[in-house]
Amino acid sequence: MVTSTAAMRSEVRRSRLARSGLIALALGYVALLLVAPVVGIVWSVIRGGIAEIGTTFARSDVIHAFYLTAIVAVQAVVITTVFGVIVAWVLARDRFAGRSIMNAVVELPLAVSPVIVGLMAVLLFGRGGWFEPFLAARGIQVIFAVPSMVLVTTFICIPFVIREVAPVLREIGTNEEDAARTLGASGFQTFVRVTLPNIRWGLLYGIALATARALGEIGAVLIVSGAIQGQTETATLYVLRALEERQEPSGFVVALALAAVSVAILGAIEIFKRNRERKEKTG
Amino acid sequence: MSLEATPRGGLAIPTNPRTRSALPPARIGLRVAAILYLAALIAVPLVAVVTTGFRDGFGSLSSAFATLGARQAIQLTIVTSLAAAVINAFFGTLLAYVLVRFRFPGRGFVSSIVDLPFALPTLVTGVMLVALYGPASPIGAWLAAHGVHVIFAPLGILLALLFVTLPFVVRTVLPVLLELDTAEEEAARVLGAGSWTTFRKVVLPALRPAIVGGSLLVFARALGEFGALVVVSGNITGKTLTAPVFIFQLTSQFRQPEAAAVSTVLFAMAFTLVLVTDRILHRRAPLW
Repeated sequence: MVTSTAAMRSEVRRSRLARSGLIALALGYVALLLVAPVVGIVWSVIRGGIAEIGTTFARSDVIHAFYLTAIVAVQAVVITTVFGVIVAWVLARDRFAGRSIMNAVVELPLAVSPVIVGLMAVLLFGRGGWFEPFLAARGIQVIFAVPSMVLVTTFICIPFVIREVAPVLREIGTNEEDAARTLGASGFQTFVRVTLPNIRWGLLYGIALATARALGEIGAVLIVSGAIQGQTETATLYVLRALEERQEPSGFVVALALAAVSVAILGAIEIFKRNRERKEKTG
Repeated sequence: MSLEATPRGGLAIPTNPRTRSALPPARIGLRVAAILYLAALIAVPLVAVVTTGFRDGFGSLSSAFATLGARQAIQLTIVTSLAAAVINAFFGTLLAYVLVRFRFPGRGFVSSIVDLPFALPTLVTGVMLVALYGPASPIGAWLAAHGVHVIFAPLGILLALLFVTLPFVVRTVLPVLLELDTAEEEAARVLGAGSWTTFRKVVLPALRPAIVGGSLLVFARALGEFGALVVVSGNITGKTLTAPVFIFQLTSQFRQPEAAAVSTVLFAMAFTLVLVTDRILHRRAPLW
């Protein structure tokens, strides 16, 4: 009996030790991989002098870069949200040949490197591109201008809203919608009054993910925009130029500002996720 | 109470076929809008890449591969992506397990910060690594003095990829772990299995599809990563040049057919992985 209690006690001690070890290992990895670089950039900005923040944000090219990032992101997010809800609805509710192909196509942008997205736009709208003669004849500039930047950002943001909304639509089923329609609501009324409130949190979650992605896009935008200073240079492209021109302090400041915006979006994402999960549990 | 068996506890109103067919114009309109949107934005550009890359058979592909540093670039991308997939498969599973099964101070903070790479611009990830390990920082200088080079070296590439892809495995494994019934584990423990044996024989088999699926996503994402690497790798031909940066260089040198050929190969690999992952996960767990 004595030996077995001793064995049990040592087993308990061992499992407690293993538990602490696992927690320490996991926390250590997160600290080293995620937290250390964040601390690194904050510290670099502080070391570069707080005054640098003021000088950086007084620069006209920095202001323009943030303005352009906002313009491009808003357009791309609005397009992918509107069409994303439509595609999600079709995927969840409609039955037709080729729906499974559509399902796969929606996943495509996740597998395409941003560089390839930029190349696609060049092949279609650049010199010698498919649509270039048509657009050039009408004096429409796509490449090295805002339209191509919106286009590539849209491509990259396509899956986010669809992937969040389609499963919710599938799960809530059509009972409530059918009831609304039976009671005489029009298709649009049913969507606004019944469907939209049901998919609200999933939709917001998808929009937040798409916004974060749109604000931070660089590979595709670098290729199609030409990164013309003060014209087609977004915030991320400014950071890239600052680092190349050895103006690290101002590059770090803008990078930190972008990171701050992203953290705010992450906060929103957490709230949306929590609300969605709560809704799933109670609803 | 058989009514409770219906999903969401609602009354199961049989769908009226007449209400369904009453709105074909709207239904068909939405279907056409969805198809046109995806065709215009995804299908047409992709066809452009594939046809440009293989207009003259495999000529563009072989001439791209003959470029100085091309093979090394593709090799480097595959090796670092594979390493990222394996390392994050381990640590991602560990993190998910610790977050679900243990209560400890700071757990909520860790759970939130794991999603940080989803929100953070990838370029900022690279800039942060430069700020931390670059030659201007004391840590970077100290490491360099001891022969460890992070920035402009494969190690920096790996760190950037690990950072960017950390949430994938955590977010695929975590929901499965949450749903897993602990009764089986308790049974194993009662029958005398140690905690390691219980994990290996009971928990791990249940998690395997999610772990494999998550790491395939890591691999697919890492293959195409550009933003996080462009400032970290230094893009030294033959040494730290990665496949996406190589494609970028070909594009800016107006060698578009070659860029398109390499893109097709890279993209075909990544897309196959994403589709396989989808099969493995049966679309049960949301990818994020």
